[in-house]
Amino acid sequence: MQSNQFIVSLLVSNHAGVLTRISSLFARRSFNIESLTVGVTQDPSLSRMTIVSWGDEYLREQIVKQLHKLVDVKKVQLMDQDRIVVRELMIVKIKLEDGKLAEVMQAVNAYRANVVDLSPSSIAVEITGEPTKLNAFLNFLSKYEIIEMCRTGPTALGRGSYCLENEP
Amino acid sequence: MQVMVISLQIPADREYPSIQEALQWNHCRAFFYMWASGSAGVFAHTEKMEAKMVMTGARIVIETLLEHGVDTIFGYPGGSVIHIYDELYKKRGELRHYTTCHEQGAVHAADGYARVTGKPGVVIATSGPGATNLVTGIANAYLDSSPVVAITGNVPTHLLGRDSFQEVDISGITMPITKHNYIVKDIRALADTIHEAFSIACSGRPGPVLIDITKDVQTGTTEYEPSGCPTIHLPAQKKPADLDEKELDEAVQLIQAAERPYIYCGGGVVISNASEELLAFAENIDAPIGLSLMGLSAVPYVHPRFLGMVGMHGRYGATKILHESDLLIAVGTRFSDRSVGNKAEFLRNRKILQIDIDPAEIGKNLEVTLGLHGDAKAVLAALNSRMPRQRHAAWSRVVEDMKAHPDNNLEMDPARLTPQSIMDAVCRRMGEHVVATDVGQHQMWTSQYYRFKKPRTFITSGGLGAMGFGMGAAIGACIGSGKKRTVLFTSDGSFHMNMNEMATAVSNGLPLLVVLLNNHALGMVRQWQTLFFDGRYSHTMLDRRTDYVKLAEAFGAQGYRAETNEEFEQCLDAALRVQAPVLIECLIDSDERVLPMIPPGGSINDIILK
Ligand SMILES: Cc1ncc(C[n+]2csc(CCOP(=O)(O)OP(=O)(O)O)c2C)c(N)n1
Repeated sequence: MQSNQFIVSLLVSNHAGVLTRISSLFARRSFNIESLTVGVTQDPSLSRMTIVSWGDEYLREQIVKQLHKLVDVKKVQLMDQDRIVVRELMIVKIKLEDGKLAEVMQAVNAYRANVVDLSPSSIAVEITGEPTKLNAFLNFLSKYEIIEMCRTGPTALGRGSYCLENEP
Repeated sequence: MQVMVISLQIPADREYPSIQEALQWNHCRAFFYMWASGSAGVFAHTEKMEAKMVMTGARIVIETLLEHGVDTIFGYPGGSVIHIYDELYKKRGELRHYTTCHEQGAVHAADGYARVTGKPGVVIATSGPGATNLVTGIANAYLDSSPVVAITGNVPTHLLGRDSFQEVDISGITMPITKHNYIVKDIRALADTIHEAFSIACSGRPGPVLIDITKDVQTGTTEYEPSGCPTIHLPAQKKPADLDEKELDEAVQLIQAAERPYIYCGGGVVISNASEELLAFAENIDAPIGLSLMGLSAVPYVHPRFLGMVGMHGRYGATKILHESDLLIAVGTRFSDRSVGNKAEFLRNRKILQIDIDPAEIGKNLEVTLGLHGDAKAVLAALNSRMPRQRHAAWSRVVEDMKAHPDNNLEMDPARLTPQSIMDAVCRRMGEHVVATDVGQHQMWTSQYYRFKKPRTFITSGGLGAMGFGMGAAIGACIGSGKKRTVLFTSDGSFHMNMNEMATAVSNGLPLLVVLLNNHALGMVRQWQTLFFDGRYSHTMLDRRTDYVKLAEAFGAQGYRAETNEEFEQCLDAALRVQAPVLIECLIDSDERVLPMIPPGGSINDIILK
């Protein structure tokens, strides 16, 4: 994570067009958006979003305040990075050259990743963790040929009593 | 949804506070509008309603509008709203619909109506071109925080997304220029959506809300519960917070510590009806007042505390004194670039206390020392009750001396027909009437010279600066002010944009006085070309051959032309004898300039006075 990165968590109404409203707000106000994840919550009428952005104090404040103005945004919070669990999922497919499987498997085990697909010429690995861990794993894999890959972007949840609901 | 059918018998002599008590008890929005507008019509309506009826969507639209106390609509019919118009026909006794010549005129009219009355302005347009014609007007209402509810029809749900005839994604188009918008594809959501739209448009910082209703929703039927008491759907976190005691105390300390306080207000003060509190506050803390363009009319022009408009074409004294203050108390203003100019100079040696109902405005355009989140009226009242009276004798002398400073003088040559003499003559006769403007030099001259007396009498396109705003806005303002004579100051460029609405004014017999300052140019742009482009008048001298007198007559209005002050006075006297639209063309010099002027991004040090 860049030093001026921050995470904003949101509870939003779970209906069509909400994602557009949020992304269009970011676009028109020139707010930075690094990644955005979204999924439904235990209450089917609400989705939870995790937005990773970066910028100075001014941008942080404006992003939260402007998001708060959207009618579909029920809750918005700048997350305290010391009190959250952050996870991201990545799947990487690399080209399997002769005799390299064992070596790749070693790394997979060391990083506690999982093999999700294996073909005679390729291997696909899934890894979940903090974005820094994913970066390190990816860095290691760079010595092989990466055929394709995808990352979900981080999603985050507060620890213990630190919840989106009961923070003021 | 909780349903309450309430009939209230309101004795005519009953005091309003008791109704207000009833309102609080019922938490009832519709009643509130009616109470605010001083009419009890809705009570009668509510009594007539029966619980649960099967209705078409189109009928539900009309019923919900009535529940919200709407009695005036602007719009233009078409295939996708024909069913709503059919229902309008049936309710024509209760709902007055004004058909403009163009949807842009209708939405500006709804906006003008809202600004004059403080009630939401409603506009209806058909799908496709009808809807896109609203866009400028919606953006205008958004940037000036005006409560407009726009209702558009759309193609039937099954034809959506197929580029059907007259299909546009108007909710997509207007997303960034509305406070919120909807597309209704399920009739069961229709009534609640309309209620919610009104709540959102009118609450907090007002703004436009658009409701796009597919045709099948209009023609379909559902059981409708006429609540007469629409639930307020504002999500809890969108409701304005209570004032923060600690912040109020900090603000009091900040003000007490100041030696040279200055109060600078924007449109928020007008919207919040806070003029009285503002003047009391100024008295209390012994500070002068400067207003942004949108703030004009919040305090009487001649009030001793009022220094004038601040900003690019603000009054010298108002801006100069602002730059000498040590505390700027900003109320209901977003510090637009047009009023601030050079930020660093604006902030130099000065603390800023910003009061706004929209927390996102606090610190958005300028870094402030302290922000107070709340409604201007409530915050000023709270400050007044906490503030020990202040006196700043030395500062007051500086302020008084400034009023007499030669650079503060705005006089134009009294012998010629000038913008000043025009404003003067109109103002002498109609000082309390509503004045609307278009956009350009004439707009700035109005803001500099017109001596406004009462709040909500100055209707102008501030944030968007939309030429063509004037005709529609003046029509809406005229209707909103009970068809009292309304003035429009316009110019040849702007007038040509939406002059078609003269026909609307004629059809409805509106006593509209259109004063057209004809400088044969796009004056404001030409002025920039004079000052910053060495007089290269690229496409700003319009060789229009329009005969405005004949044009007015062709529309069925009266037209006059004036070249001298004497002629203008005579035209005005004649114009005021008729209760119908009149246009007076005033021939003014193409080189007439709006002064003073601070160039974009400049400060008081860059002010152009001559
Ligand atoms: C819709 C629109 N188009 C263009 C402009 C840019 N513009 C600002 S002022 C102006 C000239 C206005 O001319 P006119 O209405 O004749 O008024 P004057 O300045 O001469 O008083 C123009 C073209 C605008 N504000 N709005």
